[in-house]
Amino acid sequence: MKSLFERGPTLLTRLVLALSCALTLMFLDHRLNTMQPVRSFMSTLIAPVQYLAVLPEQVMDRIVYLATTRTMLRNENKLLKQELEELQMAVQRLNFLENENDRLRQLLGSDVREASRRMAAEVVAVATDPFSHQLVINKGLANGVYEGQPVLDNRGVVGQVMSVGRGTARVLLIADQSQAISLRAERNDIRVLAKGTGDLQQLELQFIPHSTDLEVGDKLVSSGLGGIYPEGYPVAEIISIDRNERLQYARVLARPYAQLDRVRTLLLLWPADATEQPVYDTEEETAGNDHVD
Amino acid sequence: MWIKAGLLPLFITYIIGLVLMVMPMPLFLEAWRPDWLSLVIIYWLMALPHRVGMGTVLILGLMTDILMGSVFGIYASALLVMAYAPIRHFQRFRNYSLTQQALVVAVLIFIKRVLVYQLEHWLNDAVFHVSYLYPVISSAIAWPWVYLILRKYRRHYGIQ
Repeated sequence: MKSLFERGPTLLTRLVLALSCALTLMFLDHRLNTMQPVRSFMSTLIAPVQYLAVLPEQVMDRIVYLATTRTMLRNENKLLKQELEELQMAVQRLNFLENENDRLRQLLGSDVREASRRMAAEVVAVATDPFSHQLVINKGLANGVYEGQPVLDNRGVVGQVMSVGRGTARVLLIADQSQAISLRAERNDIRVLAKGTGDLQQLELQFIPHSTDLEVGDKLVSSGLGGIYPEGYPVAEIISIDRNERLQYARVLARPYAQLDRVRTLLLLWPADATEQPVYDTEEETAGNDHVD
Repeated sequence: MWIKAGLLPLFITYIIGLVLMVMPMPLFLEAWRPDWLSLVIIYWLMALPHRVGMGTVLILGLMTDILMGSVFGIYASALLVMAYAPIRHFQRFRNYSLTQQALVVAVLIFIKRVLVYQLEHWLNDAVFHVSYLYPVISSAIAWPWVYLILRKYRRHYGIQ
């Protein structure tokens, strides 16, 4: 074996060369934002790794599915039917209210709210770095996903799309340190700004005066003011208020409704004014999605 | 010829390292996930310093950046700085006992993580959590197993 130091530049030179290469890339990416094409190309290249990462989980799911007995399925079916019936009854009422609301809005002369379209997506990978909470989903440019698109799950707002590859997209969670979302308390319409803390179970409300009317347990819904998230979706619940007078503002913490640590299926939303259109993969998905809200 | 025997097995270990790094895990284990890719890189740097070098580390680092969605070059630079010591002192490192190696690995991973944090702090105002350093401990615990498995793997495929 040849010794390491007999040929080529010294180790230190190579370290410096490689480091300067990495630092140049960092500069190009962060300061000049010129790396986006390279980034989406590389994401497509590295997508197999992400698919491999969720493979064991999918295999487990499959095994669990194969092991379910007939009785279990029957019971589940019964429960689901019950739930469906209840939901259908609720929807009847909702449709009526929606129509009424539209009529009233017309009378008042304000714009009628238009329906938004949606599409289900699955999580294929998580980025485990505590400095940036991100998910990768299995829908991308080919499905009409765009940057800044709102993403929900069945309980509440999850985050927004941050970058898009051909078949995958990256979602930045609302708990990320670099994210803030404009909210409204459902009880008394107080507007608040919730910032991610890096902890998946916690958002921090900013600039809240000590005399605020907020209470523990208040439901916070999106206010629609940021222009990214549509109005009225549930986001978080207040879990603690610290009115310590020594602090400049009251310290208010909220827990997101969306289960950010265990999301599997997400809902992509296309607001009515979005220029992009959803492109559905199959017929069945279209059929499931044409009921608009 | 620049493609030498054993390129494919070597490549497979890199892929496994990358996959383990992004594999979804239950939340309570998440913070303790060992730094698999760094462990794999440290092993190969130490075992095959004439073959796995700064270039490999740079490419793997950039791939990590893509997978993690961080700014290009953050993980790459941290891994490069971390890689310097194992290449420089590979002969000494090989003669350590497994416990000593585990301690050195802990220090190396600590350096890597602190660098990543510092860069994230400068670029994106990241806030420090102690939990970010738990993997230093879990990686040190995982090291003997990684070492033994990879050694067996290397001998089996005769990677030199």
